[in-house]
Amino acid sequence: MFGKKQQNHINKRGGVHVAHNKFTAESESVRMPIPAQVVIPLRQHIGAPCTARVKVGDLVKVGQLIGDSEGFVSAPIHASVSGKVTKIGEMVMPQGLSCETVTIESDGQMEPYEGVTPPKIENRQDFLKAIRSSGLVGLGGAGFPTHVKLNPKDLDKIDYLIVNGAECEPYITSDYREMMENSRYVYNGILTAMKYLEVDKAIFGIEDNKPKAIELFTQMFQDHPGVQVMALPAYYPQGAEKVLIYKTTGRVVKEGQLPMDAGVVVMNVTSVSVMHHYIQTGMPLVEKRITVDGSAVKEPKNVIVPIGTRIGDVIEFCGGYKTPPRKLLMGGPMMGTALCDDNFPVIKNNNAILALDSEVVQTQERACMRCGRCVRACPMNLMPLNIDKYYHARNVEDLKRYSPQLCMECGCCSYVCPSKRNLTQTIKLAKGLVSQK
Amino acid sequence: MEKKLIVTPSPHLKAPKTTSQVMLDVIIALMPAVIAAGIIFGLRALVLIAVCAMSCVVFEYLFCVLLKKPNTTSDLSAVVTGVILGLNLPVTLPIWMAVIGAFIAIVVVKNLFGGLGQNFANPALVGRIVLMVSFAGQMTRWAEPFYYKASEVVTTATPLAVVSAGEGTLPSYLDMFLGVRAGSLGETCVLALLIGFVWLVARRIISPITPIAFVGTVFVCSWLLGLDPLMSIMSGGLLLGAIFMATDYATTPIMPAGKLMFGIGAGLLTVLIRNFAGYPEGVSFGILLMNILTPYFDRWTTKKAFGGGEK
Repeated sequence: MFGKKQQNHINKRGGVHVAHNKFTAESESVRMPIPAQVVIPLRQHIGAPCTARVKVGDLVKVGQLIGDSEGFVSAPIHASVSGKVTKIGEMVMPQGLSCETVTIESDGQMEPYEGVTPPKIENRQDFLKAIRSSGLVGLGGAGFPTHVKLNPKDLDKIDYLIVNGAECEPYITSDYREMMENSRYVYNGILTAMKYLEVDKAIFGIEDNKPKAIELFTQMFQDHPGVQVMALPAYYPQGAEKVLIYKTTGRVVKEGQLPMDAGVVVMNVTSVSVMHHYIQTGMPLVEKRITVDGSAVKEPKNVIVPIGTRIGDVIEFCGGYKTPPRKLLMGGPMMGTALCDDNFPVIKNNNAILALDSEVVQTQERACMRCGRCVRACPMNLMPLNIDKYYHARNVEDLKRYSPQLCMECGCCSYVCPSKRNLTQTIKLAKGLVSQK
Repeated sequence: MEKKLIVTPSPHLKAPKTTSQVMLDVIIALMPAVIAAGIIFGLRALVLIAVCAMSCVVFEYLFCVLLKKPNTTSDLSAVVTGVILGLNLPVTLPIWMAVIGAFIAIVVVKNLFGGLGQNFANPALVGRIVLMVSFAGQMTRWAEPFYYKASEVVTTATPLAVVSAGEGTLPSYLDMFLGVRAGSLGETCVLALLIGFVWLVARRIISPITPIAFVGTVFVCSWLLGLDPLMSIMSGGLLLGAIFMATDYATTPIMPAGKLMFGIGAGLLTVLIRNFAGYPEGVSFGILLMNILTPYFDRWTTKKAFGGGEK
């Protein structure tokens, strides 16, 4: 009745104000000592998992290919230390998928692979090939292979590059450190991506709780009228892809479509920087900056870690645990995954390890009283309480009316719920139920 | 890592506000009206309200025990229902009748329909309506304000009954505002109810849309009918209903547009019943009928999901 008259807008009052807790913002990245051993999972991206291209006993060097796949939506994986392959194993990743792993015993030399040379790029095809070889995936968290993203099916339709420097998750400062420490790479990376996407307009969105970064890049890009550095209000989830696209360009990514259908390509700021680093040096993505924080960590800081380093070793480098952690997270507190122990390895799209103690509040679900706070908080204009209700009734017909598949799992509904219902989790389950039938 | 880690789905942070805190805020907002009732109608008013609140909690507890469900009394919603029910009763009502009202509210209306959030009608409101229909005499026996200072109970007519009957004298605006008039315990003191309203809105417990639309509609319609609009909105249970019952989460719409429709609809019904039906007061029935329409309001006002297709 009234639904059809409404225009398709984002919920302008949606989202939540979470304490930023960016304690490590001014902590300059430190490089971790070479770990004795790395365990590199061969599934670190969305798409086809890689299979091992090395055998037990092989000697490998930093940047050498160890895993690849024939799939188009996939990204190769490289050795992050030099040393000997001691095991090809299998592990269950925190998200529940299992994959092959390559264990490398480090020789402590970090000798670069001979094949690591700057790629020759003369045209767009060379560029895409180079990006694929770099193993780069979306470093904001989703891990979508970058060479696929930069190769939209209809290049003429793309008229904007959006660079995501929002970093709206609490605690995490790794993108901010990238902007401050590697601003030249970010700068050149943006210009390179614009060149090969054949766009003359780019918007660089940064939350206004990072004024230094906004000032820095506004100055750097002042001679490039096509690049607009946009200060975004600091609230969660400003950096969610669909939200960012709407806030910067006013465009709506329709259900079942990708940002490229709305004429935009969105790249995380660290991805842009790493891309340029690869073009300059030819060293693939073998290390990652990680924010280590949380009340259970003795010395919170930003650490540059070889991919595959055990999380426990990273925390050990940060002084170890101050108190026994009650929750260990891979990623931020709003969307991160809780780990059952600290033996998991760091992967490409990891940007934080949080060991929480006093922040953890265990809550019990109570009955929904229909207060509507979840509806007001949902940036996507969904009605989490109704999805929750119909999911528990297994009522697929009514579930479909409330479009659970549009949920981006930002967690705002669960965050605000006074009845402490696990709405985000239920909506994830509802997505599965709807797609089954 | 001697202690085991907690693994839960994201998000791992939760806003501090809980159900019981929300309910506590409503109880705090009701306190000015309770205090006013104590001043205007004496100790017995407070006893009646306390009996209602306690019986509601006891009934909810017993219901949970009998049905082997987790005890939900700590969410304080039963206390809210009890206090609102108490504020809807005349001071002279026998205690046992108040207990029956609490039983209807908590057991029949709330818990038999599934408990907090599941009931389709406001429990306190239906409790009051059932009492009104069952014990019409006792439910309309209105004592004079400050009757307890006199040697015997003097009963009188409420301002709405005065208007309805067309005889008797109406209190002054100031008396109406301060609550020095006959009526249900909590409905008389406009000042106390407004303090509660400001508290609820300031604490972001309720949206002001429904109360403003409700009261505004009654004001405008009464004025169009040639009545004194100011007197109309201050008399009867309008403010008590609009502020505390038309804003009940479970039984009113979620979306702002739905809240607006609810308020206007309840306002229209109130004016219709007050002026053209047998009862002098129409707030209860106005809200109750809108409670029944709430699922439709919710359905009509569901916003299109961002990026979603046609519905």
